[in-house]
Amino acid sequence: MDYFLTEDQLMIRNLARQIAEERVVPVRQELDEREEFPSEIMKILAQSDLFALFIPEAYGGLGKGILEFSIAIEELSMACLGVSTSYAANGLGTYPLLLFGSEEQKKRYFPDIAAGKRLVAFGITEANAGSDASGIQTTAKLEGNEYVLNGTKQWITNGGEAEIYTIIAMTDKTKGARGASAFVVEKGTKGFHFGKKEKKMGIRASVTCELIFDNCSIPKENLIGREGMGFIVAMKTLDQARVGVGAQGVGVAQGAFEEAVKFARQRVQFGHPVISFQAVQHMLADMATEIEAARAIVYAVARYVDSGARDITKESAMAKVFATDMAMRVTTNALQVMGGSGYMREYPVEKMMRDAKILQIYEGTNQIQRNVIGQALIKEAAKEGKKQ
Amino acid sequence: MNIVVCIKQVPDTTEVRIDAETNTLMREGVPSIINPYDMHAIEAGLQIRERTGGKVIVLTMGPPQAEAALRNALSMGADDAVLLTDSAFAGSDTWATAYALSKAVRKIGADIILCGKQAIDGDTAQVGPEMGEFLDIPHISYVRKIEEVHSGGIRVQRLMDDGYDIVESSLPVLLTVVKELNQPRLPSLKGKIAAKKAEIKKWGHSDIGAEPANIGLKGSPTLVKQIFAPEAKKDRKLLYGTVEEQVDALVQELRGLGCV
Repeated sequence: MDYFLTEDQLMIRNLARQIAEERVVPVRQELDEREEFPSEIMKILAQSDLFALFIPEAYGGLGKGILEFSIAIEELSMACLGVSTSYAANGLGTYPLLLFGSEEQKKRYFPDIAAGKRLVAFGITEANAGSDASGIQTTAKLEGNEYVLNGTKQWITNGGEAEIYTIIAMTDKTKGARGASAFVVEKGTKGFHFGKKEKKMGIRASVTCELIFDNCSIPKENLIGREGMGFIVAMKTLDQARVGVGAQGVGVAQGAFEEAVKFARQRVQFGHPVISFQAVQHMLADMATEIEAARAIVYAVARYVDSGARDITKESAMAKVFATDMAMRVTTNALQVMGGSGYMREYPVEKMMRDAKILQIYEGTNQIQRNVIGQALIKEAAKEGKKQ
Repeated sequence: MNIVVCIKQVPDTTEVRIDAETNTLMREGVPSIINPYDMHAIEAGLQIRERTGGKVIVLTMGPPQAEAALRNALSMGADDAVLLTDSAFAGSDTWATAYALSKAVRKIGADIILCGKQAIDGDTAQVGPEMGEFLDIPHISYVRKIEEVHSGGIRVQRLMDDGYDIVESSLPVLLTVVKELNQPRLPSLKGKIAAKKAEIKKWGHSDIGAEPANIGLKGSPTLVKQIFAPEAKKDRKLLYGTVEEQVDALVQELRGLGCV
């Protein structure tokens, strides 16, 4: 379907597709099996200016929006969700600075981020704080001109590989969520270590790691926004990033669907290619329809966000939940269309199915997304009630 | 340092159709790409610029639509582009093409000239070395590695059947390169945006002072009669021993064949 993309948006799509096809597809299986971070591909993405997409032009970026970022993510996800996660998580880590960073912080970090010289990671999750972000136990205590961080973050995407970390920690535990603050911590800071690297079911090219803060002192200027804004910083960041997770769902589903179609045309049973059987056609028809519907909501929400809309929480949750539940179904069915071959590691679809699962979990589980949508509906209904 | 990279736009297929009347390539309806070997020449040019500074200028001769190939090269990071396009150039063979390109190179001024080892459509591998002769400068073909480059000269590895030669040269020099040299980079978004807006210089035969008698179909000493893959001749013999023994053996072989 034609989404009336601009010339620049098509250019971004074509370049991301070229990188995906020429540089990612040939190595994705090996990266998955070796659980290896795609350093070379990150360099190519940097050289191609894909890290510059949504950084403002004043800091060496291209000044594009969520739609362009989503297009790039979708294309990379068609080839490998592990690679696209490493790329997209860089965006996740950057949003706190983009949305709430001071001029000084932007000047300090954005040129390097845009050039892809320094990778970024976002750290909120802890052993006892996942869906419930108010359970964060990492603390940041102001001592003179420095904040001293203590605690452990877990399951941090790009952990160890990233050079810049945006971290949510408690500056005042007595205030609950309102006592959280956001900080920038640079790799190499004394007292900042990396813990164990996780072994995952899928997205194995993406690295997931513990961050350990042991009396880690950072300059006072590394506070993002004001003290107590940490929870807002995190929520607004996730509002933006969820659209990209939706784009990941569209991409991985499209990748699996194309493999299934290719296979169904070649595989002959009962004297005919299996694609000629109505049972298979109906599965493919449902898959194609669902992918298109998901792409439509992802692009529509991306455009809505880029229009400068203030409250995007409900819409971005909708894009995430719809596109990623779809991705799980479509990758599962793509494997089913391919039968035994689909289950074999010789074909890329079993990896796509393993990879797709994370999309229903990270950046807020799909149950949490539904809570978010539900709360927004209650708020809207209450507003309507007041009017009457 | 001025680095001129000569590229050719070629059809994106090895199955080239030939015009039966003129025996030249039919380009219509076939998507066009930069000759793959020339991509390595562009990459080499960009890498040399990263080492020594200077400018990379891409040059091609072809129909107006060859501009697309130049814009692609610009999006990879080339600084400037020149298109030789003029109906007077039509039908040029390798000699006439090399003549015209060398005239353009003279006008641009170059310390290093880079070409792919050959184009995948014609496969002659002649234009690069012929340009070197027209320019009266050293040329090194089949370069697989550039070991050293500075204002005083260059040292490269030249790929041979049984290994490689190390060749040193003064500048200016013309190199033709093989795919082992590097992996061509992908374009960048900033490069693509700049390439879209870039102005491409278009020169005709009078702009480069090319004699009309030396260009185009009329200026071409060769005519294509037929295109075919030559039969690979496998019967060859290596002679060993001292020079005297080898000469004796050679004379005997030639006598046996009735050559002497």
